[in-house]
Amino acid sequence: MAKIIGGVTTSHIPAIANAMANGLEETPYWKPFFDGYPPVRDWLNEQKPDVIILFYNDHGLEFFIDKKPTFAMGVADEYYNSDEGWGIPTIPPVTGESELSWHIANSLVEDGFDMTICQEMKVDHGLTVPLNLMWPGHNYGHVKVIPVCINCEQHPMPQPKRTLALGQAIGRAVESFDDDLKVVVFGTGGMSHQLDGERAGFINRAFDIECLDKLVSDPESLTKYSNYDLVELGGAQAVELNMLIAMRGALLGEVTELHRNYHAPISNTGSGLMLLENK
Amino acid sequence: MATNEKREFPGTYLFNGEMAKKGYGLNKMCFSFNNQEARDEFNADPEAYCDKYKLTDVQKQAIKDKDIIALLKEGGSIYYLAKFAGLLKLNMQDIGALQTGMSVDEFKAMLEKNGRGEV
Repeated sequence: MAKIIGGVTTSHIPAIANAMANGLEETPYWKPFFDGYPPVRDWLNEQKPDVIILFYNDHGLEFFIDKKPTFAMGVADEYYNSDEGWGIPTIPPVTGESELSWHIANSLVEDGFDMTICQEMKVDHGLTVPLNLMWPGHNYGHVKVIPVCINCEQHPMPQPKRTLALGQAIGRAVESFDDDLKVVVFGTGGMSHQLDGERAGFINRAFDIECLDKLVSDPESLTKYSNYDLVELGGAQAVELNMLIAMRGALLGEVTELHRNYHAPISNTGSGLMLLENK
Repeated sequence: MATNEKREFPGTYLFNGEMAKKGYGLNKMCFSFNNQEARDEFNADPEAYCDKYKLTDVQKQAIKDKDIIALLKEGGSIYYLAKFAGLLKLNMQDIGALQTGMSVDEFKAMLEKNGRGEV
């Protein structure tokens, strides 16, 4: 049986890709952020997951607002990155896992989550930055990735209540897959930040830390927030917390926090790295 | 809280159905900037490129002025405007400074302060 052994929350901002491409990890600005990662990398290298289910949002690479899926997922054996328009380096292809992907897609639609199912899907920094953070030097080719993309760019967006339920449905789908696979779920993005308007630069450290605490011990309590509440409390792009909530939903067992590093700001955002074990 | 609820957030331009309709051409143009050829074509003749995507006069002026707030008011989504910013070689701190009327250093100092929780 496939088993979800843990979950990770991590930032995915493009500035991280630039910092890594330019070797800035040890500079005073970046060190407090990158210093959080070795324990998570070590855990992943020890546990050797076969599959990563990765929740992210597409910031306008694959999807435009001509047709904007609320929930989309990849079912391909390979995914490609591409020019996003601002000069972060394009990175090598990402390996997929079509069999488990289709199993999850079948299960989700049956369960009432009407996914957009993609056999071709360009993946942007939301997906590639976390992979390169965990396996620096783009050494992630051995891990099979299932991208799950949540609309966080255009209202109406799925509410936290719904994204938690999506994660739970994915957790059930994985557990019903016959092959022995070790799966880790990544929830990427967030935390508090606002890029647009006169309120740009807004960060709410206390709210971020409260969300991390709740993600561990009481994820249901986060479903009391609407996306508008997240905008008010965490800034316009704090709706990306939905990816972290979805990740937590997929952990159906007994959850233990193994590691955490909160740091703010990196670029314009609060960054919450957390490693959760699921037993 | 329902999405149809009218809720205002000071200094914030929620990208919703109304904005997505208003800014469709503008965002479509910015989406095209994922391609180098499109960026080159824009740089060669910005006005002609704006016309190709049927930008309104107000949108064209805001592009010319690099006025991010005006572009947001005209239906620009920050995610697509970020690609316009990339074309201008501006990063998110530069964009933040432009929108808040601060210098880039002042904006970065505010981020540090906010990050420490001194709000």
